[in-house]
Amino acid sequence: MDIAIIVGLDVISGIASLVLISAGLAVIFGMMKIINLAHGEFLMLGAYATVLSVSAGVNIWLAMLVIAPVFVGLFGVLVERCLIQFLYGRLVDTMLATWGLSLVIVGGTTMIFGNTIVGVGSPLGGFSVGQYQSSLYTPFLALMAILLMTTVWAVMKFTRAGLIARAVMQNPDMAATLGVNPARVYMATFGAGAAMSGLAGGLLAPVAGVVPTMGAAYIAKAFITVVGGGTSVLWGLITASGLFGFINQIAAFLTTPVFGEVILFVAAVVLIRMLPTGISGKFFKGRL
Amino acid sequence: MTLSRRNFLRTTAIGGAALAAPSLIGSMAQAADGPIRIGSLLDLAGPLAATGEPMAYATELAVEELNNAGGLLGRELELVSYDTQSSIQLYSQFAQQLAVRDKVDVIHGGITSASREAIRPIFDRFRTLYFYNTLYEGGVCDRNTFNTGTTPAQTVEKLVPYAMNLWGKKVYIIAADYNYGQITAKWMKKYVQDNGGEVLSIDFFPLDVTNFGPSISRIQAAKPDLLLSAMVGGNHTAFYRQWAAAGLKGEIPIASTTFGLVNEPATLEAAESNGVLGSYGYFEELQTPASLAFVKAIKDKHGAQTPYISELAAASYEGVHLWAEGVKKAGTVDRIPVIEALETGISFDGPSGKVVIDPKTHHVTRNAFLAEVEDKSWKVLETFEQQAPLDTAAVCDLEANPTDTTQYEIDI
Repeated sequence: MDIAIIVGLDVISGIASLVLISAGLAVIFGMMKIINLAHGEFLMLGAYATVLSVSAGVNIWLAMLVIAPVFVGLFGVLVERCLIQFLYGRLVDTMLATWGLSLVIVGGTTMIFGNTIVGVGSPLGGFSVGQYQSSLYTPFLALMAILLMTTVWAVMKFTRAGLIARAVMQNPDMAATLGVNPARVYMATFGAGAAMSGLAGGLLAPVAGVVPTMGAAYIAKAFITVVGGGTSVLWGLITASGLFGFINQIAAFLTTPVFGEVILFVAAVVLIRMLPTGISGKFFKGRL
Repeated sequence: MTLSRRNFLRTTAIGGAALAAPSLIGSMAQAADGPIRIGSLLDLAGPLAATGEPMAYATELAVEELNNAGGLLGRELELVSYDTQSSIQLYSQFAQQLAVRDKVDVIHGGITSASREAIRPIFDRFRTLYFYNTLYEGGVCDRNTFNTGTTPAQTVEKLVPYAMNLWGKKVYIIAADYNYGQITAKWMKKYVQDNGGEVLSIDFFPLDVTNFGPSISRIQAAKPDLLLSAMVGGNHTAFYRQWAAAGLKGEIPIASTTFGLVNEPATLEAAESNGVLGSYGYFEELQTPASLAFVKAIKDKHGAQTPYISELAAASYEGVHLWAEGVKKAGTVDRIPVIEALETGISFDGPSGKVVIDPKTHHVTRNAFLAEVEDKSWKVLETFEQQAPLDTAAVCDLEANPTDTTQYEIDI
C-alpha cells in the first residue's frame, strides 16, 4: 500500500515536470507556429539564474519563482526582437535560427561559467509514507504545474490580453484590421513562453545537475509532449503530459530506467501514428 | 664542348648529388637537434571538458618540468595538443594527424573507454607509442599501449569490502549505461559475492536520464544496506540531489567508483554528499610533499577556478614522466627501444607515490586510497601501498604474446 502511494507520487512528479518543461514550448508553438529549438537552453538559463542568485545570497524561493522567469522572459523578448521577428511564417528558417541560437547560448554560458556542474540544494525536506520516503519537493512541483496551467487558462479566458492573443492566434490579418498590432502580440507571447521556460528551469535547478549542456536532456521530452498534445496549448499539454508521464514513470519503476525511456518513445511514436494531429487535434479541436 | 654520353652522366650525377646533399644533411640534423614531439589528445570543450582540463594542465606541467631540467637526451620537448571536443570522430581524425603528419614520438591522452578504443588501433597501425592515463575498466592488452590509471582490482576491490564491513551485506548497484558502467557493475557484483554479500539488483541509467524518482522508489522497495554507484556525468549528479531531497541520505549509505572524479563534492551541498565513500589512485587532499607540490604547481598557474585535481590528472602527469624515464634509459625516442626500456620495470615517484610499470600487462602498480566526503572535500581514510593490476594480469601476458592487441572483457 505504502509503495503504491510512493509510486503514485512518482507518477505525479513525472507528469508535473513534463507540464513544466513543455509549457513554454507549447505556448510558442501553439500560438505562433514557431518551433523553438533553443527551448532547452531557455530552461538552462532559468536554472543558471536561480543558482547564481542563490549563491549571491538571494532567497531561493525568490530566485526560482521570480528572478528565473523574469530574466529568461526578458531574454526571450530580446531574442524575438533581434532574431525571430524577421522570420515569421518561415518555419524551417526559424528552426535553423533557434538551433544556432541554442549553440551560441551553450557556448556563451560555458565561456562565462565554465563546464562544471553547479547547483543548489533542495529547499524542502523529505517525508515518510510508512517505511518509504519521498521528497516534499514532489508535491510542490505538482502544485506549481497546476498553478501554471490555471493561470494560463484564466488569462486566456477572462482577460482582454488573452482575448487579443486568441484572436491573433486564430486569424492575424483579421485581428490586424480590427486594430490589434500582431507584432506586439507575438513579442509578448514569445516573452511569456520564454518566461515559462525560465520558471521551469528555476524549479528544476534543485533537483538537476546544472551544466551548460543540460538543455539537451529535456528538449526531446518537451518536443514529444508538445507534438503528442497537438496545437491546443492547454488541453493538449495536460493530456499528453498525463499520458507520457504516467507511462514513463510506471515503466521505469516496473522495469529499469533504460526501458522506461524506450517505452516512452515507443508510446509517442504509436500515438503520433494513430493521431497525426496530436491528442488535442482529435478530442479538443478548437479548444484552448 | 661536345656532350658525350659519358660526360653527361658524370655531370648530372654530381649535380644531382649536390642538389640532394643539403636536404639529406638537413633532415639528419633535424632528427638529432629538433625538439622531441609529444602528442596530446584531450577533451577541452563539450561535456567532458571539466574532466579533460586538469589532465591537460598536468600534461603541460610534466613537459614544462622536463624542459626546465634540460629536456631529454639534450633535446627540448614540444607538446602538440589537439582539443577533441568530446567527439569520437575528432579523436580518430586528430590521432591520424598526430601519427602521420606531425610524426610525434609518443601520444598521451584519451578519456572515455570509447575514445581509447577509437584511437588505439590507429596508433598500432602507424606504430606510434601510446599512453592512456585514465582509470578504466581494465583488460587492454597491447604492447604499443601503456595504461597508467587504476583498474577495478586496485580500487573497487578495496571499496566494496570496506563499505560492506561498515554497513551490511545487501547491496544495490546503479551504473551508467555504457561500457565503463556495464563492466564496472560486473566487478562490483563479483566483489560483493566474494565478500559473502548479496546483490539485490543492478540498474543501468542512460546518460540523459534526469528524473530518478521511480528508481529511488525501486531502491527503497528493495531495502538494501548500501548503494554502490558508477553514475557518470552532469545529469547523473541529479541522482544524489534527488536522493538527498527524498531524505534517504541518512538511511542508505553510498559508495561510488565515479563520485568526485570531476567536482561533485564541491558542487553538491555538504548535506547531500557527506559520508559518500570513494576509492581512487590519487586525491587532491593527499598531504605528502610530492602531492602538495603538484597541486600547488597547477593551482599557481591556473588559479582558483581549477577543477578538482583527481587521479586522472595525477596519472597524466605520471604517464609523461614514466615515458621520459623510458627514453632516458633507452637513450633514444625510437619506439621499440623505448618500449623495451619501459618493460624493465621502470618507476617514477609521482604525487600519488611510487608508480611502477608492470612489463606483462603494460599497466602500473601504484598506491590506491580510500576516502570519505566530509564538508565538500575528501578525507583520506586508508592507503593501500603498491597495488598490482591483478585483473588485467589474469588475462594478459605481453611477454608471452607480444603481438596481442585485444581488450579482454574479463570473465567474472
